[in-house]
Amino acid sequence: MVFSERRMTIAAGVFCLGGIMLFVGAAAWALLAADVAAVSEGRFFDAYVRRVTRFTLLQAVLSTLISIFLAIPLALALARRPAFPGRIWIVRLLALPLGLPALVAALGLIGIWGRQGVMNTLLANLGLAQPVSIYGLSGILLAHVFFNLPLATRFMLAGLERIPGEYWLIGTNLGMSRLSLFRFVEWPAIRGLIPGVAGLIFMLCATSFTLVLTLGGGPAASTIEVAIYQALRFDFDPPRVIALSMLQIVLTGVLLAMARLLTPPVAEAVTTGRRVIRFDGRNITDKIADALVISLGMIFILLPLAAVLVSGLRADMVRLAADPMVHRALSTSLAIALSSAFFCVLSGLALVAARQTLLQPRRTSPMARGLSSAISGSSALVLLVPPVVLGAGWFLLLRPFGDVAVFAPFVVVAINAMMALPFVYGILDPAMATHSARTGRLSQSLGIGFFNRLRLIDWPGLRRPALMAYSFACALSLGDLGAVALFGSQDMVTLPYLLYSRMGSYRTADAAGLALVLGFVCVILTIIGTPPERKVEGNADAR
Amino acid sequence: MPAEIDDIAIRLKGVGIDFGATKLAFDCAFRKGEIIAVTGPSGSGKSTLLNLVAGFDMPDDGRIELLGQDVTRMSPGERPVSVVFQEHNLFTHLDVVSNVGLGINPGLRLGVADKARIAGALLRVGLDGFAKRMPASLSGGERQRVALARAMVRRRPVILLDEPFAALDPGLRSGMGDLILDLRRSEEATILLVTHHPQDVARLADSVVFLDGGQILVQEAKTDFMLRTAPPEIARFLGK
Repeated sequence: MVFSERRMTIAAGVFCLGGIMLFVGAAAWALLAADVAAVSEGRFFDAYVRRVTRFTLLQAVLSTLISIFLAIPLALALARRPAFPGRIWIVRLLALPLGLPALVAALGLIGIWGRQGVMNTLLANLGLAQPVSIYGLSGILLAHVFFNLPLATRFMLAGLERIPGEYWLIGTNLGMSRLSLFRFVEWPAIRGLIPGVAGLIFMLCATSFTLVLTLGGGPAASTIEVAIYQALRFDFDPPRVIALSMLQIVLTGVLLAMARLLTPPVAEAVTTGRRVIRFDGRNITDKIADALVISLGMIFILLPLAAVLVSGLRADMVRLAADPMVHRALSTSLAIALSSAFFCVLSGLALVAARQTLLQPRRTSPMARGLSSAISGSSALVLLVPPVVLGAGWFLLLRPFGDVAVFAPFVVVAINAMMALPFVYGILDPAMATHSARTGRLSQSLGIGFFNRLRLIDWPGLRRPALMAYSFACALSLGDLGAVALFGSQDMVTLPYLLYSRMGSYRTADAAGLALVLGFVCVILTIIGTPPERKVEGNADAR
Repeated sequence: MPAEIDDIAIRLKGVGIDFGATKLAFDCAFRKGEIIAVTGPSGSGKSTLLNLVAGFDMPDDGRIELLGQDVTRMSPGERPVSVVFQEHNLFTHLDVVSNVGLGINPGLRLGVADKARIAGALLRVGLDGFAKRMPASLSGGERQRVALARAMVRRRPVILLDEPFAALDPGLRSGMGDLILDLRRSEEATILLVTHHPQDVARLADSVVFLDGGQILVQEAKTDFMLRTAPPEIARFLGK
């Protein structure tokens, strides 16, 4: 690489890094430095804040435990049945909730478990008077399990499929019972994954905003993030916003530090090459039990999705399509999603390129090493300050300069870009490392200049990962309610915001139609943005 | 070579198995107490022959007898067979003594006498003092010796070794060979040994089955086999 080009690459990365630090730092400064007087007044940890904190932790612990506990039998059953009818679709279905906007899922869950939902009608017909309540703790748990049970199952299934094929054969040859197989083969494979998976789920549930907002149903069931939103938008109580935000930063900081200690889970698809033959669970009772477990799991995931589909199709799509509010929300959403994804991928590319350039010489200076770890640490920084906290900080920061709504589009675009950055970084970093290992020296030796390399080598080689990252970032931004909820107004309405307000004003049919469109678009974008699973080698078995 | 009925440890009668792309057929018998080298080019059916005897593969036709008993429909755990693979023979989260102990009781319910037997087997494979070690801290050769110790305590009359030294250095191979000869002597076991190496055949085997394309090309005493110059497949294998 030419000397000046090297400097340019590093400069671009440093520029982006600086931008991120400035954006997060300004928000944090606004929160921490604004009104410390309130802290000394003893209002800091009043009963309300304590209750909210307790509830945040309680629901996260319960959601994590239930998700993990239910994922174990489902993963075991799926691993035991490599030839289960439609198994490939079941495994794909497990990845689907990841791309579904939380708001859409909430609507689907209300359709099934709500007061007039399918389940409660069914239970009432069975003579059970007390309906399952979708609002409050039970609803939040239901929604978190809906999202995280599939996640946990995928990690555990991947772990089970990484077990060497010989283990099953040896277990069978030694005459192990079902219990012994679980004890010596299956449980050790799952056990190691649980801390990492539980840490991830706990983090997701502790910072969950949309689901708690829509399903919490009152101050009794509010998490810190929702409390920040309410303190800002309804009560306009800056000291409380500050107290809650600091609490949230401390909480996520502790969680991130804990997650560092836990082994990160790997969910990659498995290729052992050798076909796995299993002899356990071949009798009819086991087959029925596994089919039952798999079916129940699938029904649990599919029902809310089906509810979104059915009620969405029942909505008056023609009228919705003619509604000028929908037009405006759609164009606002698209503009925000497309531009935030653009900035996100652009800065992701700049950051990764700079980091890899910095680490290229064999002897790296301490300065270069520090800078490269600052770049890889920036994604942790983004996680440390969740979107709602970031938004709250900027809200307080901008308020003295006039109407916050004027700045709203820029702040929302920036927050959405930040939210997606850790994921985009995760897609681009390995792809660019492989690309430069494959082509870097060759282009250098051929003396291909910067623009020719970009056109002939880098664009063809990196197009796919860059588009994948773009697509994923779009999906995240399109489905986001957190940042928009803080800044949304008459002048800025996105699709999720419109959906939320239609839900609130009981225009359920409209909400259902919007949810279907939004869910469909986001799921498609996520599927495009997810790397394809590596193909499992067929019977490459030596005979 | 004619043999008395009760002299036969392993018999495959008109066994056929169809993998779609390849069809394999085996008709053969192996005598008690012998070490039989199973060899042939890659993809010739060596591992399938072992899998059929172990019960990991089910034949489409024919029957399989072990020590005069029809085991064709028997589950792998019920057959009088021990298996050692090329790798992954040990459960990595269990220490050496537990890995061997699984050969005595698959639920690890072990008495004092059992523990003594495990200690004896570890001594025989040269791993006394290794009882509490974890597999990850062992070399490839040591791990394979633990697997052989488990086969010893299992005391099954038929032992199947699927390229057990393929991942080992030449020096370790010869040490493992001694252990296999010892295993046959003390347990009076019949051993099927899949191998790619003519030296293993020359050193360890009593007789040889040479497979090609899913069929048995020759089956004969080792001494006859080693002198062959034809057919070309075998000459190539022997390096002639």
